[in-house]
Amino acid sequence: MKTQSLLDRQSIVVLALLAAAAILVPVLNGIMAPGSALHLSDHLVPLLGKYICFALLALSVDLIWGFCGILSLGHGAFFALGGYAMGMYLMRQIGPRGVYADPILPDFMVFLNWKELPWFWYGFDWFPFAALMVLLAPGALAFVFGWFAFRSRVTGVYFSIITQAMTFALMLAFFRNDMGFGGNNGLTDFKDVVGFPLQAGATRLVLFVLSVLALAGGYLLCRWVISSKFGKVLVAVRDAESRTRFLGYRVEHYKLAVFTLSAMLAGVAGALYVPQVGIINPSEFAPANSIEVVIWVAVGGRGTLAGAILGALVVNAGKTWFTGALPEFWLFALGGLFVFVTLFMPRGILGSAQDLWERSRQRFRTNRPAEALSPAAE
Amino acid sequence: MNAPVTPSLLYLDNVTVSFDGFRALNALSLAVDHAEMRAIIGPNGAGKTTMMDVITGKTRPNEGTALFEGTYDLTALDEAAIAELGIGRKFQTPTVFDMHSVEDNLLLALKEERGPIATLFSRRTREERERIDALLERVRLTAHRHRKAGELSHGQKQWLEIGMLLAQEPKLLLIDEPAAGMTDQETADTADLLRDIARTKAVIVVEHDMTFVRDLGVKVTCLHEGSVLAEGSLDAVSSNERVVEVYLGR
Repeated sequence: MKTQSLLDRQSIVVLALLAAAAILVPVLNGIMAPGSALHLSDHLVPLLGKYICFALLALSVDLIWGFCGILSLGHGAFFALGGYAMGMYLMRQIGPRGVYADPILPDFMVFLNWKELPWFWYGFDWFPFAALMVLLAPGALAFVFGWFAFRSRVTGVYFSIITQAMTFALMLAFFRNDMGFGGNNGLTDFKDVVGFPLQAGATRLVLFVLSVLALAGGYLLCRWVISSKFGKVLVAVRDAESRTRFLGYRVEHYKLAVFTLSAMLAGVAGALYVPQVGIINPSEFAPANSIEVVIWVAVGGRGTLAGAILGALVVNAGKTWFTGALPEFWLFALGGLFVFVTLFMPRGILGSAQDLWERSRQRFRTNRPAEALSPAAE
Repeated sequence: MNAPVTPSLLYLDNVTVSFDGFRALNALSLAVDHAEMRAIIGPNGAGKTTMMDVITGKTRPNEGTALFEGTYDLTALDEAAIAELGIGRKFQTPTVFDMHSVEDNLLLALKEERGPIATLFSRRTREERERIDALLERVRLTAHRHRKAGELSHGQKQWLEIGMLLAQEPKLLLIDEPAAGMTDQETADTADLLRDIARTKAVIVVEHDMTFVRDLGVKVTCLHEGSVLAEGSLDAVSSNERVVEVYLGR
């Protein structure tokens, strides 16, 4: 019997591990002397931060795919939009320190002979506005896109295909110079964020800790959503959509609500990702990126939330190792991993572990007949 | 809303549904009263399921009138709105939420606010618990309340689905083959349960099992090729020559 409370054992483990990461990484990097065996080298901090952002993205996909059966193959688009909103803020922070030293225009606009700042860049020099856009840009796109798709009852593989088309279309649009988002170079050369230099070790540590906090907050939010009656309706939609309609639920409203929420989470992940990797460009919209996110979730265990986090961390750590050691084999390894998980571990790492645990507990129970007599409930 | 045009709870008139030229319903007319139980019989392809689809808003008829309580035009509403009006439907194969506990299945079905915001902030109340307890008792699943619905036997799932229907507090229940796959005892118990429900609510039962229909002891409508072939008591219908020819067999 799966417990539905907000703070069950799984949540406590996840939050404890995240808290440990938020404490250990700054200690090992900031306090341990660089020569010490326990020292975490500087380049690993943003790398780990990147993994954490990917874990938040995976969480957002698991919320809709694992609990509502909506397979989005375009969630990278929401991640990238959140990233662009943050990137625009970081560009405005450069001020006159760009290569062309224009007091207002970012370098790429000077380069393209633009005379004034396009209207949609207004406000991005103010952090609260940019932060709002991090949520609103992906949220609004998801709302409009979902409104049409869910109202027309586009489901299953058809929905997945149009999400691919959506992210592909956005990629092509953002590649164009006249869109005003830096074309194929994207936005880069960031100097500082809310006044703190991005190259400084302390800023990077703070960004890492903020990412961990965002992931913990996102996890708790998802947990709260799925343990409410709303969450039970989502699972009902996933397992028997038409039954849910005949019970009187407007399935499209539920899908729209959770899809929009999920897109906003993805946007937050993208916004935290950009200052840590130092660049955002249209390749973040690449359809393959979005598919990769689904693989993380499948590997970790769909419909478990914690599994999505685990999958994102494991696969990305694998990717870092592979692309260093055997770069040409990474895509084969990723493809092979997906096939392996689909065939032999359909419930992913965490799901398989849960099954194993359940089975050993049942064996334990049958070995003690006195307990086996108690009703199966609980 | 205008004054009711008919005193019947459910009123279908001249309803026609065609799929690519095939007439699944052909000028079907049917009226069901408040607190009436009606059994629908007929060969496969007679249009029984399509009729339920029209009543519950899944299928839009090409022609005809479908009125609920004499005022609501069922052909203009969607599934959720029709369910809100008070029409509940049980599917032919038991359709419950397998991954949810028996209790949660009933909780989802309880007549309450159905909007996303209401459910997101809803807290379980004592009143809900009492309603669920009563329903569990009625469909004899009290001992199974914490089990996943997917683990129930076929007959128990059928009963759980009937329980979910009752939780919606509908005025009209559409029940598709409730006795399919049940043991004789379960079939008899189901007939008892439905008769009990029909004391206060209208019930339409689609069934092939003639013993079961006889058990119910209600007015029978026989459909054939999308229209009503015969209507009346079971004895009258089953002695009708056309019914014998197309359905019961000689």
